[in-house]
Amino acid sequence: MDHNAQLYRGLLAIRRFETLLMAQFKTGIFPGTTHTSLGQEANAVGVLTHLAEDDVVVSNHRCHGHFLAYGGNPQALFAELMGKPSGVCGGVGGSQHLHWRNFYSSGVQGGTVAMAAGMALAEKRAGRGAIVIDFMGDGTLGEGIVYECLNMISLWQLPILLVLENNQIAQTTPASLAVAGSIQQRFAAFGIQTVELDSSDVLEILPLAGDLIRQVRSQREPRALIVTTARLGSHSKGDDTRSPRELERLWQARDPLTIQAGRLSEDTRKAVEADVEAAIQGAFAAALAAEGGMR
Amino acid sequence: MSDHVPRTVLDSLNLGLHQAMHDDPDVVLLGEDLLDPYGGAFKVARGLSSAFPKQVLTTPISEAGITGIAGGMALRGLRPVVEIMFGDFTTLIADQVINHLAKFNGMYHGQAQAPVVIRTPMGGRRGYGPTHSQTLEKYFLGVPGLTVLAPFNLLGEDPLGAPGQLLCEAILRGDSPALFVEHKLQYLLKLHATQELAEYSVSVHHMGVQFDRPFYALRLKSAPAAQITLAAYGYMAQLALDALHQLAYEDEIFCELLVPTQLAPFELAPLFEAVARTGRLLTIEEGTFSLGWGAEVLARTAETLGSGLRTAGRLAAREGVIPVAPNLEAESLPGTADIIRRVREMV
Repeated sequence: MDHNAQLYRGLLAIRRFETLLMAQFKTGIFPGTTHTSLGQEANAVGVLTHLAEDDVVVSNHRCHGHFLAYGGNPQALFAELMGKPSGVCGGVGGSQHLHWRNFYSSGVQGGTVAMAAGMALAEKRAGRGAIVIDFMGDGTLGEGIVYECLNMISLWQLPILLVLENNQIAQTTPASLAVAGSIQQRFAAFGIQTVELDSSDVLEILPLAGDLIRQVRSQREPRALIVTTARLGSHSKGDDTRSPRELERLWQARDPLTIQAGRLSEDTRKAVEADVEAAIQGAFAAALAAEGGMR
Repeated sequence: MSDHVPRTVLDSLNLGLHQAMHDDPDVVLLGEDLLDPYGGAFKVARGLSSAFPKQVLTTPISEAGITGIAGGMALRGLRPVVEIMFGDFTTLIADQVINHLAKFNGMYHGQAQAPVVIRTPMGGRRGYGPTHSQTLEKYFLGVPGLTVLAPFNLLGEDPLGAPGQLLCEAILRGDSPALFVEHKLQYLLKLHATQELAEYSVSVHHMGVQFDRPFYALRLKSAPAAQITLAAYGYMAQLALDALHQLAYEDEIFCELLVPTQLAPFELAPLFEAVARTGRLLTIEEGTFSLGWGAEVLARTAETLGSGLRTAGRLAAREGVIPVAPNLEAESLPGTADIIRRVREMV
C-alpha cells in the first residue's frame, strides 16, 4: 500500500470506528457517554505515525483517535466502551480512561499534562531515549495546573512534545469566550519552542510533527505543536449548539478524510474503504459477541 | 547505613528518607526548598540533597503540579516522595490525589500502579495562624485507593525508629499512593525507648500486607483493668498518653490507649477488641469536630459492637479559624486537660 493510501487507512479507521459508535449508541449497547474526534483524525495520525516503540502517549477525554493511531485494538476499544471484561481496561475505564502498553488517557483536563510531564521526567532519568507525546486542547488551557507544568517542563528540559489540538471550542463554549491572548505565547513565555499550523491535512501535519519529534528526541528538550483544527462532531453524543450552516461549512472545508481521499485513485480509495469497513465491522461484531456488557 | 540512633521523630523520619534513597535509586523526593543547607522548611529533608543529589528535586511553589508529576513518574516505575510544606496546602493537591493518583490502579483495571508517598506536616500550636496550622487529613480519609498513615513516637525494634521505619517501608514497598501525615510538634518529640516506657505495657498489632503499619495498644503495667479506651494518632497520641498517666495517678481512672498508624483504609480490629472490654470509647483528634476521623471510628465501633459500646465521645478542634494569639489558639485545639476532663465525664 502506498504512503497516501496508508495514511488514508489510518484516518478512515478512526472515522469509521467513531461513526459506527455514534450510530450504535442509539441501540443502547454503550453505557454513559463518549467524545469523538470527528474532524481531528489527521492530528492523531500525523503525529503518532512517528512513534518509536518505547515512546509514551498521554491523551484526554477525546482519545479514541489517539488510541487507534497508537496501534490500539479497535475490538478491545469497542468492548471497553460496551463495558465488557474483554475491553482495554475491563470495562472499568470506558471511553476516556484507557491504558494499554505506553498509552494513557484520563478525563480531567489539566491533570493529563502533569501525568505526561512526570512520565517525561521518568524517561529523562531512565535515559532510554524514549519521549512523551501529550495531547491537549484549547479548553485545557483554562486549568491552572497546566501552567505549573509548562514551567517545570521547561525548567527541567523534559523530553516531551505537547500537541495542542485547537478546535476552537470547549464543549459548547467558543475559544473567543474562554481563551484570552495568544496560545503560542503561553508556551513561548516558558521558553518552549512552539510551531503553529492551521490545517486538517495529514500531509501538512505529518512532516512538521516529525521534525518536532526528532528535535525532542535528539536534543532532549520540550517542543509544542499547536494545530488549529475543526471538531466536526458534537462534544459528546449530541450537544452541539453550532448552527447547521457553520457545521456544513466546516465539513466542506476541513474534513481530513475528504482532503486525503482526493489524493487517491478511485480504485485505491475503494479498496482501502472496503478493507477498513471489514476491519471495523469485524471488530464491532466480535466485541458485541463477547461476554458481559449491557445485555 | 548509619550508626546514628534517632532521638526524635524528626531524626527518625530523616533517617528513613536516607535509608529509602540509599536502598532504591528510583526513590526521588520532590518539594519546595529542599536543598541543603536549608533541607526543607521543617528539616525533614536535611542532608538528602548532599547525599543523593540526583534523587532530590527542589521545585517551584506548584503543589498540584508536583503531585501530578509524581503520579506520572510512579506510573513509569519510579517511587516518588512529595513533600508538601504545610498540610494546609493539601487542598491544592486534592484533585491530583483523588482524581489521579488514587484512581489510576482501579480505572486502568489493575494494569498500573502509582506508589507515591506524600509527606506533610499538619497541626497547630506554633502560632502560624489560620492557613498554616490546620489538621486537614480528614478530607483524605475514605478516598478509595489512598492510604493515609501517621507515625507514632516510639523507638521500636528498627534502627530507624518507628516513624522512619513506617516512612521508609511505605516508600519502598507501598503499592498505592499514601498521604503520610506528620505534625509540627511531633517532630521534636523524643522517641520512647522501651526502657523509658517501663511503666507501660505496649502491645503491637501488625497490620498491612506489603509492609507493617503497626497498631499500638498502651496501658499502665500492673494497673487494674482499663475502664475506658482512648483512640488517638500522631501528636494527639502523645497528649493522650500524658492524660492516661495523669488520670491514673491523680484520679485512679485507668485507660487504655489505642494508636493506629494506618488511618485509612479503616482497619480497626484491635480497637474493637479493646472497646469490647471497656465498653467506653473516646476518640481524640486535632482536626475539626464534624465528620472527622473520630466520627468514622465511632460509627464503625458502634456497628461492630452494638450495645457493647455503652459510652462514646469525640474530642476535636473547635470549628473556626485557628488564631495566632497563643491563648486563643490553645482554646481552639484539644489539649491534655481537655482529654482528662472528658474522660472524667465519661467514666
